[in-house]
Amino acid sequence: MSELKTETITVNMGPQHPSTHGVFRLILTLDGETVVDVEPVVGYLHRNHEKIGEYNNWIQNTPFTDRLDYISPMSNEFAYVLAVEKLAEIESPERANYIRIIMVELNRIVNHMVAVGFLLNELGCFFTPMFYAIRWRELVMDLYEMTAGSRMMPNYFWIGGVAADLPPRFLPECKELVAALPSFIDELERLITDSEIVQMRCKNVGILPPDVAVAYGCTGPLLRASGVPYDIRRAEPYSIYDRFDFDVVVGTVGDVYDRYLVRIVEMRQSVRILEQALRDLPEGETATPKKKKFTPPQGDVYHRIEAPKGELGFYLVSDGSDHPYRYKIRAPSFVNLQSLPYMCKGHKIADVVIVIGSIDLTMGEVDR
Amino acid sequence: MELVQRILQFVDQIFVNLSSWASSQLANFLPEWAVTFLMMFATVLVLVVFGLGSIIWINVFERKVIGRFQDRYGPNRFGPWGLLQCVADMIKLLTKEDITPTKADRLIYNLAAVVPIVPTFLILAVIPFGRGMVAADLSIGFLYIVAVGSLGTIGIFMASWGSRNKYSLLSGIRTVAQMISYEIPMVLSVVGVLLLVGSLSMVSIVDAQGQWRLPFIVLQPLAFVLYFTSAVAEVNRSPFDLPEGESEIVAGYHIEYSGIKFAMFLLAEYINAFSICAIATTLFLGGWRGPVLPSWAWFFLKTYSLYIVLIWLRATLPRLRVDQLMNFAWKTLVPLALANLMVTALVAKLVPQYSLIGAGAFLVMNVVIILGIALVKYPRWKRERREVVLVPRSASSQAGSS
Repeated sequence: MSELKTETITVNMGPQHPSTHGVFRLILTLDGETVVDVEPVVGYLHRNHEKIGEYNNWIQNTPFTDRLDYISPMSNEFAYVLAVEKLAEIESPERANYIRIIMVELNRIVNHMVAVGFLLNELGCFFTPMFYAIRWRELVMDLYEMTAGSRMMPNYFWIGGVAADLPPRFLPECKELVAALPSFIDELERLITDSEIVQMRCKNVGILPPDVAVAYGCTGPLLRASGVPYDIRRAEPYSIYDRFDFDVVVGTVGDVYDRYLVRIVEMRQSVRILEQALRDLPEGETATPKKKKFTPPQGDVYHRIEAPKGELGFYLVSDGSDHPYRYKIRAPSFVNLQSLPYMCKGHKIADVVIVIGSIDLTMGEVDR
Repeated sequence: MELVQRILQFVDQIFVNLSSWASSQLANFLPEWAVTFLMMFATVLVLVVFGLGSIIWINVFERKVIGRFQDRYGPNRFGPWGLLQCVADMIKLLTKEDITPTKADRLIYNLAAVVPIVPTFLILAVIPFGRGMVAADLSIGFLYIVAVGSLGTIGIFMASWGSRNKYSLLSGIRTVAQMISYEIPMVLSVVGVLLLVGSLSMVSIVDAQGQWRLPFIVLQPLAFVLYFTSAVAEVNRSPFDLPEGESEIVAGYHIEYSGIKFAMFLLAEYINAFSICAIATTLFLGGWRGPVLPSWAWFFLKTYSLYIVLIWLRATLPRLRVDQLMNFAWKTLVPLALANLMVTALVAKLVPQYSLIGAGAFLVMNVVIILGIALVKYPRWKRERREVVLVPRSASSQAGSS
């Protein structure tokens, strides 16, 4: 019997597609349902972020970083502000440090919630886990609004501190939320973790071995799920992270299911950090005295933090003027995305979207 | 007491009486063949209007219920409690531009929008909606449902092939594979019921459940689960909504359709979902049988309860992958349905009909099969729960230095 002659077809997935997390295009070569080749095409959301950053002055760039990864704006600000503080050798007050940790860890929880929600969306569980997650995200957003005045673009971190002290209602409400968060995570786990279909779909899909993950430069939950215990909060503690007691969460296999589990457990670890930070929050100033014009000394600096999606780094060059000479961002989503073709080859077309979901992309950060 | 019973009787038979009254009135001035013809026509008209009208209700109902599952309100803007939402949707769909892609096969593309809706209405003809309320009591009732029900596949395949889109082509391939695979366990699981009844007619299936004084779900719980699972796959509903797969292949076979043609697909889909619930009610839940309430009220109560289960599945479960879908049909559902059929045939020969002992025997046999499968094929205690590794501070500082 002679072999049936088959042909591959090329499918253009995106830029308008419900599960590519924004305007992201994939050129898929398919053999039936099986993926032969994947070619990600990025750049549809390019908006000249880095070049505009060179024309903004140093202070104007802080709110501008909110637009990078719009799911976790606080982390972006944190990275930028820390980089500038390192360059100008400014020490932020103790209370501001703690407030920053609280905000960033709340942000990490929100980001992982949304990531898990989107992953389940792409698995076909249409919006139920997403709405469960968004219900809790709203509570965090309320806290943001109360402190910063804005829900998604807070512009709360300032060079040398934070914009305003916490309002009196913040602490009791935040403590209440942090106490209730484990129950939410349990609820989400009851719905998802042991689900037969989720396990069938996610286990052994999109496996990324640790050496390949390192070779691609992946960071964040993606790398940790592959079994590499690398967390910048631990490996190179910045701000006051060395004071907190938390565990680095590491997966065993490196598939989609492990990435999901790592995110869930990281939420629990963030709750631990939040509890400690809320307990130890000191009284005092929240910002160094303001200056009319901020000009850091000449020089360059690279500072990186563990953003929810991975290593977020800012490389800033100062020529002594009031705006940066060079403003370069090492965006975790962009680097993590490079491992997508490796993970997708040989799987089915339905697996491509869940692998994208498990990487946790935000196109605002990929394209900048 | 007697009065109450007569009132109940009247309400129960209101539609049947209405129909016989109409035919007797017509008989006054029309020949017999004309009366038969007109009454058939009227029945068809009632069914079609019922089908179309129920969409208005089912659509809003589904969206409301799924809203509650997702911790939100659902449509609540248009009409009292948002009940007229479907009207607004229909107006929107009717006024949208009707697009035919340039490279599409025009004839097939346009025809495909109409084809899936025909079998959905045909199925409604043999369903007994209440005592004596059946449009056509065919002696081959269930066979007719199987035959007509599989026609919908052709419409979907025409749509996916005719619109000349790669997503819809993928969807078409998925649809055909899925529908053909799931038809087999669906039919096989019902054969057990048909053995108990000894007839294919839907009316006699309901009558037989009256004689057993039990709905067949007690006698054939496994068959019910098998039927319902494969029927859900048959009508492309979550978790088996691969042909649509909005997160993968966007909308599948109806990706290129807009306006009224898209509405036709939507209509067919909702009526299909309703009719599998109605068939399951008739076959397994005793059809229109039930105390006190009129028979048609019981029928709709049971059907809509099953429909809520469908919505529940849609709100909770993720979608399967193509290969897993096929595995599930051929490696799980078909063997189970065959086992059920074999043992049912055996038990039906051994136990007396219409007796509680017989019912008990059937129940025991089902429990044995289900437990056997649970122990042999899916042993829960054998399954490993994957955990993540937690690296505390001291361990990682060593790892970092090494």
